[in-house]
Amino acid sequence: MEIVMIFVCGILTAMSVYLILSKSLIRIIIGTTLQTHTANLFLITMGGLKKGEVPIYEKGISSYVDPIPQALILTAIVISFSVTAFFLVLAFRSYKELGTDNVESMKGVIEDDRE
Amino acid sequence: MSWLHLAVLLPLIFALIIPFVYRIHKRIHIGWFVLPIPVVLFIYFLSYIPTTMSGESVMQSLKWMPHFGMNFNLYLDGLGLLFSILITGIGSLIVLYSISYLSRQEQLGNFYCYLLLFMGAMLGVVLSDNVIILYLFWELTSFSSFLLISFWREKPASLYGAQKSMLVTVFGGLSLLGGLILLILAGGSTSIQQLIKHIADIQASPFFIFAMILVLIGAMTKSAQFPFYVWLPDAMEAPTPVSAYLHSATMVKAGLYLVARMTPIFAISEGWIWTVTGIGLITLFWASLNATKQQDLKGILAFSTVSQLGMIMAMLGIGAVSYHFEGSDSQLYIAAYTAAVFHLINHATFKAALFMITGAVDHATGTRNVNKLGGLLTIMPISFTITIISSLSMAGIPPFNGFLSKEKFLESMIEVTHANLFSLNSIGILIPIIAILGSIFTFVYAVRLIGQVFLGTYKPKDLPNKPHEAPILMLIAPITLAILVITFGLFPSILSESIIAPATNAISMKQTSPVEFHMFHGFTQAFLSTLLIYIIGCLLILTFSYWIKLLKSQPTKLTINYWYDKFGSVTPNISKQITNSYVTGFTRNNLVIIFISLIIITIVTLIVTPFSINLKNVSEIRPFELIIVVLIITAASMIIFAHSRLFSIIMASAVGYCVAIFFIFFGAPDLALTQFVVESISTALFLLCFYHLPNLNRHQETQPFKWINVLVSVGAGAVVTVLGLIAYGNRHFSSIGSFYKEHVYDLAHGTNMVNVILVDFRGTDTLFESSVLGIAGLGVYTMIKLRYNNKAKDKGGHDIEETEK
Repeated sequence: MEIVMIFVCGILTAMSVYLILSKSLIRIIIGTTLQTHTANLFLITMGGLKKGEVPIYEKGISSYVDPIPQALILTAIVISFSVTAFFLVLAFRSYKELGTDNVESMKGVIEDDRE
Repeated sequence: MSWLHLAVLLPLIFALIIPFVYRIHKRIHIGWFVLPIPVVLFIYFLSYIPTTMSGESVMQSLKWMPHFGMNFNLYLDGLGLLFSILITGIGSLIVLYSISYLSRQEQLGNFYCYLLLFMGAMLGVVLSDNVIILYLFWELTSFSSFLLISFWREKPASLYGAQKSMLVTVFGGLSLLGGLILLILAGGSTSIQQLIKHIADIQASPFFIFAMILVLIGAMTKSAQFPFYVWLPDAMEAPTPVSAYLHSATMVKAGLYLVARMTPIFAISEGWIWTVTGIGLITLFWASLNATKQQDLKGILAFSTVSQLGMIMAMLGIGAVSYHFEGSDSQLYIAAYTAAVFHLINHATFKAALFMITGAVDHATGTRNVNKLGGLLTIMPISFTITIISSLSMAGIPPFNGFLSKEKFLESMIEVTHANLFSLNSIGILIPIIAILGSIFTFVYAVRLIGQVFLGTYKPKDLPNKPHEAPILMLIAPITLAILVITFGLFPSILSESIIAPATNAISMKQTSPVEFHMFHGFTQAFLSTLLIYIIGCLLILTFSYWIKLLKSQPTKLTINYWYDKFGSVTPNISKQITNSYVTGFTRNNLVIIFISLIIITIVTLIVTPFSINLKNVSEIRPFELIIVVLIITAASMIIFAHSRLFSIIMASAVGYCVAIFFIFFGAPDLALTQFVVESISTALFLLCFYHLPNLNRHQETQPFKWINVLVSVGAGAVVTVLGLIAYGNRHFSSIGSFYKEHVYDLAHGTNMVNVILVDFRGTDTLFESSVLGIAGLGVYTMIKLRYNNKAKDKGGHDIEETEK
């Protein structure tokens, strides 16, 4: 299963990179969220997908899934959510200010930043 | 700390004090306060003559940074003493001259501060035994020279000259530093005297040749040798005392000093002999030829300085042949060193005097252009006399001192062709020929210098000022120098025992037989060539107007200045083009560069280091997991092909939910819960964002644009996959998760391991993760709030506080 998951991560990476390289700001943000999903899946895969009990302690059970990657991913999810939210508002604001969501045209000297 | 240390530091200390004295004391010319410093030092250094005459040397050490071998050690032998006496002696006369040359309207505090800084630095260069300290003082001379050239900083030509000299000499200085570091590595010591003792190690080292080239570049740039002489003619924009002191008598001789000092280390090499001699002779010929066509008096003197430096350099090169012989054969070539040292002194005397007279003429007439000057013979008789003495000395005419050293020069140049070594007796025949050619042109410009300024017709209408003899204060220094020129010419024995012999011994590392200078040796080859020089020189002067046109028609493309300026204008353009080629301002280009370098670095690493893929330790695949795999890839590819934004948002959240389902399969209930919630909120945010944005269409992307993106993204995906496979198969240690599994209940009194890790075992992560969330929230709030404030301002120009109400 791990091999399958690694390939899935590779394919998702390729797709997210493609999205990040596009012109539209929204597609870039979607690309970054896709990238965080990939990273999280990668983390849990590298921790090993051995079958075991859910990591909730009970007497008598000795085989659990590794809890460390899960704790790390939980942290990562919250952080990436914060960043995505911030990015989205930033994109929204920049569209309102600049009148475009095309990254290629966001270039050059800002002569009047209220335009 | 010894008296010698104090002597080197004294000018530097006074450089700090003098500007303050200048502020307080405005009534007396500040130069009078400066004058005692070089005079005292001059007398102090004279007191060392008996020491060096007896063949002893003085070594004074002062610890500075002993761990790095950087100690402020001073070493005084014949060579160091010769230069110290030159620096302080000419320095005293220059200060005296500058008192009458610079009026009190000038910024004298700055001038004397820079001059003292330079004097101290120069003493440091010639007395340092530690190569790193030598380098520090070396750069200080470049720096203070830069300040002095740009003294009249409102003149663009001064700034140009200062910048040029700075660039060239600092280029050389850095190269010298490289060479010195290689020497330290090869010889294992930072002390020059220790390096000379470890000479066998250095010569066996692979760094030998590089160190030699780098040190030579440093010496050549400082001493204005071909092709690095470009800075010296432009440095003539400095005040005349500076030109006389720095650019004729002292700083330009720092390179000569270095060559002489390093001779015991490098002289064994054939390359050293040929390079030093060859460059010296080319410089001698080229600069003396160029000196004849200059219009500016200081221009003539600048090229003349360059050519004389080349001459001394050539003698230092020839002298190195003596290292390959023993006994009396060796003495034949050591004579070249003797001649070099003697000419070094002579040049300092007559060239400084000439510069001072040029300054006096400039002061008296208001111009330095030789076409406007003429017939000043009766108006400035004392200046005329001094010019005759020093010019004829420069031309090499008896009974002045220049004649003696020039005879020795020609003698050694002819002598070297008999050396059965390094093909000196075959190609070496060129050496005396070039030397004689150079001397002919030296004769021409030196004689013409007298003729153009003092003889000929008097043209009062061309002169800006009414000419008059210079004030006596201005003439004291050149008169002193002219007297020295005659004295050294008539009684060279004053110098030969006391100064020249110890200096020669220091360069040649051998006991020299006593040197004797004679006005007439009989009809030797040297004497005959001198006669030849006089005859051809006179013929050339008589036909001057015919051939000078030919010389002046030299195209600008063949001058080194042209190439220097070209280099200065082309290189910024090239760097601009290079920068513009990759700093485009497009985010995508930067991202493509980043991803491509990621891919390339990974591929190169994988090729260079061996790796293995070990896939035994994997869990089995369950069918419902495969369904989600198919789903997630389909959803993700839908985002790419989607045309409507809403659709791509929905597909993105589908990916998120699939990830949550994966978390369920992989036994992570907390993750699944969080992922569901977060994905729902994000989707809501995306939708909220779109609700406010007009329905934009997708941007048109060209076919090559897409293909590059596809290539880069496939590459990135492949890299991630390969790295993942390698990393998974090569696990060396088991997880530390077992500790948490065992102790979650007895240590932390919890049952949910993930939660216990988050708030107990690794609580700090959670603290800062919450801070990130808080900061993001604040950021979002600020961005929205700021927008409204700006909008309010735009509408009515109201203040922020008013709209808040």
